[in-house]
Amino acid sequence: MKTVIKNGRVVDPGPGRDESLDILIEDGVISRVASSLPDAGAEVIDARGMVVAPGLIDIHVHFRDPGQEYKETIATGTRAAAAGGFTAVACMPNTAPVNDTLAVTEYIKNRAAADGCVRVYPVGAITKGLKGETLTEMGELSTGGCVAFSDDGKWVADGDLMRRALEYVRPFGVPLLTHAEDTSLTAGGVMNEGFVATDLGLRGIPWVAENAAVYRDVMLAALTGARVHVCHISTLGSVEILRSAKKAGIPVTCEVTPHHFTLTEEAVRGYNTQAKMSPPLRTSEDIEALHRGLQDGTIDVIATDHAPHHGDEKNVEFNLAHNGIVGLETALSLTLRLVEKKILTLSQALSKMSLEPARALSLPGGELREGAPADIVIFDLERKWIVDPRRFHSKSRNTPFGGWELKGVVHRTLVAGKTVFSGSGATASCSEGK
Amino acid sequence: MTFRHKHILGTRRFSEQDITLILDTAESFKEINAREIKKVPTLRGKTVVNLFFEASTRTRTSFEIAEKRLSADAVNISASSSSVVKGETLEDTAKNIEAMHPDIIVIRHAASGAADYLASRLNCSVINAGDGAHEHPSQALLDLFTIRQHKKRLKGLTVTIVGDIAHSRVARSNLFALTTMGAQVRVAGPGTMIPPGIEKLGAEVFTRMEDALRGADVVMMLRIQLERQGRHLLPSLREYARFHGLNREKLALAQKDALVMHPGPMNRGVEIASEVADGPQNVILEQVENGVSVRMALLYLVSGLAPENT
Repeated sequence: MKTVIKNGRVVDPGPGRDESLDILIEDGVISRVASSLPDAGAEVIDARGMVVAPGLIDIHVHFRDPGQEYKETIATGTRAAAAGGFTAVACMPNTAPVNDTLAVTEYIKNRAAADGCVRVYPVGAITKGLKGETLTEMGELSTGGCVAFSDDGKWVADGDLMRRALEYVRPFGVPLLTHAEDTSLTAGGVMNEGFVATDLGLRGIPWVAENAAVYRDVMLAALTGARVHVCHISTLGSVEILRSAKKAGIPVTCEVTPHHFTLTEEAVRGYNTQAKMSPPLRTSEDIEALHRGLQDGTIDVIATDHAPHHGDEKNVEFNLAHNGIVGLETALSLTLRLVEKKILTLSQALSKMSLEPARALSLPGGELREGAPADIVIFDLERKWIVDPRRFHSKSRNTPFGGWELKGVVHRTLVAGKTVFSGSGATASCSEGK
Repeated sequence: MTFRHKHILGTRRFSEQDITLILDTAESFKEINAREIKKVPTLRGKTVVNLFFEASTRTRTSFEIAEKRLSADAVNISASSSSVVKGETLEDTAKNIEAMHPDIIVIRHAASGAADYLASRLNCSVINAGDGAHEHPSQALLDLFTIRQHKKRLKGLTVTIVGDIAHSRVARSNLFALTTMGAQVRVAGPGTMIPPGIEKLGAEVFTRMEDALRGADVVMMLRIQLERQGRHLLPSLREYARFHGLNREKLALAQKDALVMHPGPMNRGVEIASEVADGPQNVILEQVENGVSVRMALLYLVSGLAPENT
């Protein structure tokens, strides 16, 4: 089985390649990348005028499966991923039950093999039940398929426990992901603390809640030598802490979400529950710092924190609304805005959505070299579209970007050489497994 | 001059003309409350639902009396627990009430934004009777009415608000309304109760209450919620009374004819000493009295009848 992707603008951030080339795929693997490859006997994908890049990798999604299938399932979540140009995702453990035992990890893997159309990597819990009290069996979980550990949504508040978790997990070579927010400082807040919160009479979450938690976890990485990946940073201070930590050689990486580098706290006005997030949307100064952090490499990864919620969970009083938004189907276009604004080059942007996330969690993918699995996205860089949440492949529609005009339309997504999404909406090969 | 607001959600959105119209309209209603037969047919055939999710005696009674004096049919719902306990959403509760065709819903709710939430989902008019720490517009307007009655103006006055500014909807609504009318607003309170960015909303922030009082034309004391002590915000009520309570000595720093105001209910001996609460400068019961006229004005104005028809 041969496929040739012809005449595309091949952007491969690893070697820094950006030129018009063909890609030959044989048996799910990239076998040649060169110009004018013969296409006799092969399926031909015409990518003229399109960008051909490594399949995007999102290391922060919530697929709600098992337990909250009314919000999302592995089947719908992976379709949303494929439609957004993603070929692999890492799913967070705050399911019901929590992914803190091998049985749940196995369930996720089996479900992904049966119903998924992109690669699904489970993230295990650091503590049993995400309760922050006792460590999970991280050895068995990592050999059983968990690629990282996280108590996502909750910070491991007990400093000694976090230290021991890092010491324990280090020999297994997987990183701990930290949702860095000191809940003793968030103190019931529902949006960023500051002028807008004061104006709206909403309780604020100060930046120090994040910065203090980031600082502790970075210092624990320095102490233990274990890898720490800081999830969804949102403050100027977090960028500065991570910049100096990296300079000092501490083994840390971090991610930012498209919504945190796009929207400010002003989006909350009108008590807009679609703008309610954890961590909260911050200020324009924070966004500028995040842009600089992306630019200078302090921020390695762009991840969505894809957090599906049912409409009923957002259609309530602001303080009762659930945190988070879906992100898989808008992430690429929102990131391309940074390219248009010349904050990132196209290659840098794609790197932070493929190669860097692969590196952060030691996953395969993120490159178009010969011999690599043919996980590829083909997209139209210039084509405009209007975000219509009703057309999302995700089961949920919670986004603050509805009605936005964005650039960048995914034309085709391939996992191991198989088309799992094409611009016409066909996801036919999904059910056959990857 | 016509009133272009369908809802009364907060004073933040009101212009100087809006506020003047409300106060002038309230003025014209004031006389009704002094009559022997305290009733006019103005809102006959209109249904007003008072939907209170939080306990309230003063505000609810004031609205109800205002509604009845205008001949509206008033219905009180204390939804404090019923719908929440049954798991009904705020939207469903409100839509069920709306299905019975009320003209106006007056809402009191613990969540900031609850009145905005209803206004964006219902066809009838919504009057905010207090939403969380956001706004309490009718309270601020009755405060302005009382101040104007005594001082004959609002522009150029210095109004000092003392207490828990961070959690106070009364403080926000007064701040917005007073600054719109050209008054200077000072705020003072414990450091834990001054919200960040309040100066950007037009308030001058004082750390010492004495400095805030110096030369003030009006002193507005806020109710301190007793449950706040011992929960990081306040060491003790004793300490609060000493640094942020109003007594005769501190009041002497303000103008001689400064008004003493309080939205009630008062904690005597905590934020306000009885010698001041009952003293010659207090207008606290006048505030309550004026509340009825101001709420009559609000009900009348949102019902869409032209002011000439009074």
